[in-house]
Amino acid sequence: MLRFLLRRALSAVPTLLVIATLAFVLLHLTPGGPFDSERVLVPQIQHSIEARFHLDEPLWRQYLRYLGDLAHGDLGPSFQYRNTSVNELIAQGLPVDVAIGGTAMLIALLLGGSIGLLAATRVGGWRDRLPMGLAMLGISVPLFVTAPLLILVFAIRLQWLPAGDWVSGSWRHLLLPSVALALPYTAYIARIVRSAAIEALASPFIRAARAKGLPSLTIVLRHALRPTLMPLVSFLGPALAGVLTGSIVIEQVFGLPGIGRFFVTGALNRDYTLVTGITVLYGALIIAMNVLVDLCYGWLDPRVRARQ
Amino acid sequence: MTEARASLLRVRALSVSYPGPQGPLRALSDVDLDLDEHECLGVIGESGCGKTQLLLALLGLCGSAARVTGSIRYRGEELLGAAPARLAALRGRRIAMVFQEPQSALNPYLRIGEQLAEGARHHLKLTRRAALGRAAELLELVQISAPAARLRLYPHELSGGMRQRVTIAMALMCEPEILLLDEPTTALDVTIQAQVLEVLRSIRARTGVATLFVSHDFGALATLASRLTVMYAGRAVEQGAIGELYAAPLHPYTSGLLRSLPRLDLPVPLRLAAIPGQPPDLAQLPAGCAFAPRCPLVHPACAERPALRMRQGDHQVACHCELPAARIGEAWS
Ligand code: SF4
Repeated sequence: MLRFLLRRALSAVPTLLVIATLAFVLLHLTPGGPFDSERVLVPQIQHSIEARFHLDEPLWRQYLRYLGDLAHGDLGPSFQYRNTSVNELIAQGLPVDVAIGGTAMLIALLLGGSIGLLAATRVGGWRDRLPMGLAMLGISVPLFVTAPLLILVFAIRLQWLPAGDWVSGSWRHLLLPSVALALPYTAYIARIVRSAAIEALASPFIRAARAKGLPSLTIVLRHALRPTLMPLVSFLGPALAGVLTGSIVIEQVFGLPGIGRFFVTGALNRDYTLVTGITVLYGALIIAMNVLVDLCYGWLDPRVRARQ
Repeated sequence: MTEARASLLRVRALSVSYPGPQGPLRALSDVDLDLDEHECLGVIGESGCGKTQLLLALLGLCGSAARVTGSIRYRGEELLGAAPARLAALRGRRIAMVFQEPQSALNPYLRIGEQLAEGARHHLKLTRRAALGRAAELLELVQISAPAARLRLYPHELSGGMRQRVTIAMALMCEPEILLLDEPTTALDVTIQAQVLEVLRSIRARTGVATLFVSHDFGALATLASRLTVMYAGRAVEQGAIGELYAAPLHPYTSGLLRSLPRLDLPVPLRLAAIPGQPPDLAQLPAGCAFAPRCPLVHPACAERPALRMRQGDHQVACHCELPAARIGEAWS
């Protein structure tokens, strides 16, 4: 187990290096720079700013400097937010996304999971077709439609919840964006769980369990749940990484100070360090989630555990 | 008088069909069976002849798409159409089944101890510890060494023969009265087959559990069964004491089946002589005898379906030809 984790951590280093390099190169290839603007700066000022951020050095030097800082966990200063480091920006924004993304995933798992299981035990009946039709709807209607709709109903009409803004630690501010973000994931999860459960319930060992006279609930929960969770886990890993680093749409609609917004404005303003930093963070998160997925596989399936 | 003797299991006119694109698929047609206490009844036939369907029907596990008709009486109690809760209470408790492929009958995600124990915990309301204790006893009964340690293993950590012995132990956990064996040795290699058969024989000697043993392997059946039913295309075509059937098969199919046994007294190329042709499509069964397309003795009367009837003593055959066994055997050569 420890050896497995160590091996995975080591193999993550070259991957992250590639991600950082690609982000760095691609950003510097895009035309324009962080300090170009309509307003023409006095050459001396322009020069001193560039010197401060080492933009006057040759690119390979900037690159090596960036990697050196990265190795120490320092993502560099932001070009756009004066006197603020990228680390600080992420530390500010990430908790918002983690709170909303985590809550959304929890809702999606509980709701989608039970809907999927229920549908799988009643294939073809209305308790299967109705939720699956709704799930199709949940997948096809985009967030920028559902989120404003939720605001319209629950914030403006019913006035139950705030329409947006962020107050740290307030569940009322957390609820609406989480639910909006949870909707498509609920739909995905319900569909994944349904088809996985149908497959699991058709396995010969389920028939053998039936032949033992076990009650249906025991058969579903003890015998069919683990194989059902396998495809769900592989979906959840990358999905979780995506959700935790912020949904730009949700942040925009609800006016939340997450890192998704930093990423977009950073890209528009050529804030090299900010964009690269968030990209590397996202990469690291994906790698971490994949390790987590593999650990879950091992926990669920003894045959995988033996191989690890 | 035969009615007075209440069979342990009495099956009459049992039919199972599934809806199919070309009309119903008749997996089982009008099968009659009687299983007495402590008896072992063998059922032989090629794959697809309805042997497994018969066992699943007895447990009520044919699935919701299946149409099951006829009568299945357990100690006089009708099971066809019985409440699902009643069937679930009998399954695994009074009637237990061993499946053909142990690797797919065991749940790969659960320790075998848990899988052995769960039936007894549910039916006999044993505590977890008591059930695991019983599981260890049964592993010993099926001749698995160091049983207590094996309980913690997962199915993939056992060999094929060991797994099948585990499923046998699993079926015996609640001391059932009827044991259904669905080709328990087919998926195993030959030496392991012999071991598993020996385990089954000693269990029957120890517990006296009545057994319905389904196989395509006459040799395996002969080690356990006293009576034999031969099935072809979902029907019983011959029934009788196994020795008599072996010595003097009266149905051309049985005769051909026995002829296809590996014969050690013949030179190698002649040892295996399979019956030419294929079993019929269960969705398009002929109106007459289903074996007619492959039968060397087919004659005009065979266009009408032969009923199972007594020929000599307890020996029943469904065939229009009245020839003695020796002449039927000659027809094959
Ligand atoms: S009934 Fe006719 S076709 Fe069928 S097995 Fe007997 S002889 Fe052959």
